Amino acid sequence: MDKLERNYTRFAFILLLFSLVLGVITAFSFIFHEHVKDYLPLQQLRPMHVSAALFWIISGASLNIFLHNQKDKTIPKNALSIRNVSIVLWQISIVVIFIHYIFKQFGGREYWEFPGWISLLLLLCWIGFCSYYFLFWKNEPNKRPQYIIMWGTGMLFFLITFIEQNLWQITWFRESFLQEVTIQWKANGSMVGAWNQMIYGTSLYLMVQISGKKEIAFDKKSIVFYFLGFTNLLFNWGHHIYNLPTNNWMRHVAYAISMTEWILLINIIQGFKKTLSETLRFKQLISYRFLIASEFWVFLNLILALFMSIPAINRYTHGTHVTVAHAMGTTIGINSMILLGSFAYLLKIDNIQMKQKKLFHAGFIIIQVSLVIFWLSLIAAGVFSAYEQTHLGIKTYASIIPSVVTSLYVFATAGLFMLIGFAIIIPYFFKGISKSK
Amino acid sequence: MVKITWISLVASFVVYTVFINVLCHNKTPTPLTKEINQGWEIWQNKNCQACHQLYGLGGYMGPDLTNSTSKVDVAYIKAVIKSGTSRMPNFNLSNKEIEKVVAFLKWVDKSGHSAVDFKNVHWTGTYIID
Ligand code: HEC
Ligand code: HEM
Repeated sequence: MDKLERNYTRFAFILLLFSLVLGVITAFSFIFHEHVKDYLPLQQLRPMHVSAALFWIISGASLNIFLHNQKDKTIPKNALSIRNVSIVLWQISIVVIFIHYIFKQFGGREYWEFPGWISLLLLLCWIGFCSYYFLFWKNEPNKRPQYIIMWGTGMLFFLITFIEQNLWQITWFRESFLQEVTIQWKANGSMVGAWNQMIYGTSLYLMVQISGKKEIAFDKKSIVFYFLGFTNLLFNWGHHIYNLPTNNWMRHVAYAISMTEWILLINIIQGFKKTLSETLRFKQLISYRFLIASEFWVFLNLILALFMSIPAINRYTHGTHVTVAHAMGTTIGINSMILLGSFAYLLKIDNIQMKQKKLFHAGFIIIQVSLVIFWLSLIAAGVFSAYEQTHLGIKTYASIIPSVVTSLYVFATAGLFMLIGFAIIIPYFFKGISKSK
Repeated sequence: MVKITWISLVASFVVYTVFINVLCHNKTPTPLTKEINQGWEIWQNKNCQACHQLYGLGGYMGPDLTNSTSKVDVAYIKAVIKSGTSRMPNFNLSNKEIEKVVAFLKWVDKSGHSAVDFKNVHWTGTYIID
């Protein structure tokens, strides 16, 4: 790693820490709202938390792609300079976003709540990232390993969906509310698919490195599952907008496509025995443990997502905390675990002393256990409010709050423990970064 | 084979995207006026979506506001926005700005219903909304 990459890695971890601390404050601010409303209102806390989380994931994903594609001599010097300038500008833009949040200057759409013009800076950076990555693409021999294709797909479709996601800035796209919301969530939904391609690509790459089996990046199965993921990236975003009164075929397409993910679930269940035996073989490796954790979270979140994708069930869960469980279950359980596994591998966290390994492992277990409680309590909160709102038809908002408060207490407490777990392991990554000269 | 599959998928994506931009409605939308657009900008600049949802999309602290202007009295809505509540902060908006936000909310209200009725659920699990 060079100095710039080391600093970018530090930056990504600071975003993760930031997101965790802000998440815990946000969770408690639900309970003690009267005391915090005027100092740290939710319209400020939520975008700070969510943006820090998303930028941790996107920065982490891009960084891993750069780090796993070691600079080779064939890459022109100015391509590297473009990448480096983009990395610096990317970090500056994120800092600028947070400064706007601090001064309560918003203006964007959900998850990207900063003033629209900053998107232009981010867009330029991403074009810089892509132009660098696709030089490697050209250099690769004819038969590319699947992870190279996944990284490329993720980079390209992040670019496309990011542009699409900003179309609201052109008045034409705002002339109909339904159309605007549709496009907004079409882009947001596909964008998640794009960063998943980048991150799952990294996961596949790590599997190859750890097991030494090159063939798993070339076999038929990895290609089939690539296409399954890619099809879902392109067409499975409709669950966000099931209850918009748009033309019916849009719902049918999204519903039908999302049901193809059952194949993935069945495959996970079938491969369970193999996963278990491999787990026993590599279980002493810290990076591998994160990957196994991510598989466990894929399994749980996939079951939840499959049910939420059925409109008749979505009718109950949409707009409740079940959605929050899905969002955080996947961003923490899947995306963050793979990123941490990859960083653990790159930063050689496995070389720490035995005694420290035990502490690290304790932190890891605290995170997993508290995340399970965190996730279940959000689902519980969602189910309670779904029951009252949709089943009993209670419309007044104030009467629904008491039924979710207990779950939110459990949620906030579990979040606090999760923060403690992360606080135990993250220092090892910072030490690893300093050592990786 | 892999290349052809990839290209056909992307081509369908492009066609589908154009289709959605042109044909997503099942009725003609109410036109967007300058006042409504300004109200929408205030909605974004103050980040009301951090606590409120429209069509179930947004934050989770306050009620979904898609059909608020037909569910509750508009005078009450203006009063809430004007002074805030124990959970909702006061944004110090002027009366003119509040009018604009309310115009935006009324416009959203006209676009449809946020909740889907049981009668719209088809036996296959999908919705049929007309
Ligand atoms: C910090 C969270 C928060 C933010 C930000 C917020 N609200 Fe609210 N709002 C609430 C809560 C909570 C309620 C329900 C009343 C209560 O329990 O205090 C509410 C109620 C309302 C209501 C009354 C709806 C009804 O059906 O009773 C309207 C209208 C409203 N808000 C509009 C807005 C607008 C417009 C903005 C942005 C300028 C905004 N809110 C920003 C939390 C928020
Ligand atoms: C200690 C840990 C955390 C706590 C207590 C916490 C808490 C919260 C809270 C209270 C919300 C707002 C939900 C609402 O609007 O009502 C939220 C949203 C969100 N958080 Fe976290 N968070 C934590 C960690 C994380 C991490 C590490 C990530 C990702 C890396 C993450 C990703 C998200 C996302 C994507 C949302 C948006 C959810 C949605 O709109 O459905 N969170 N979080």
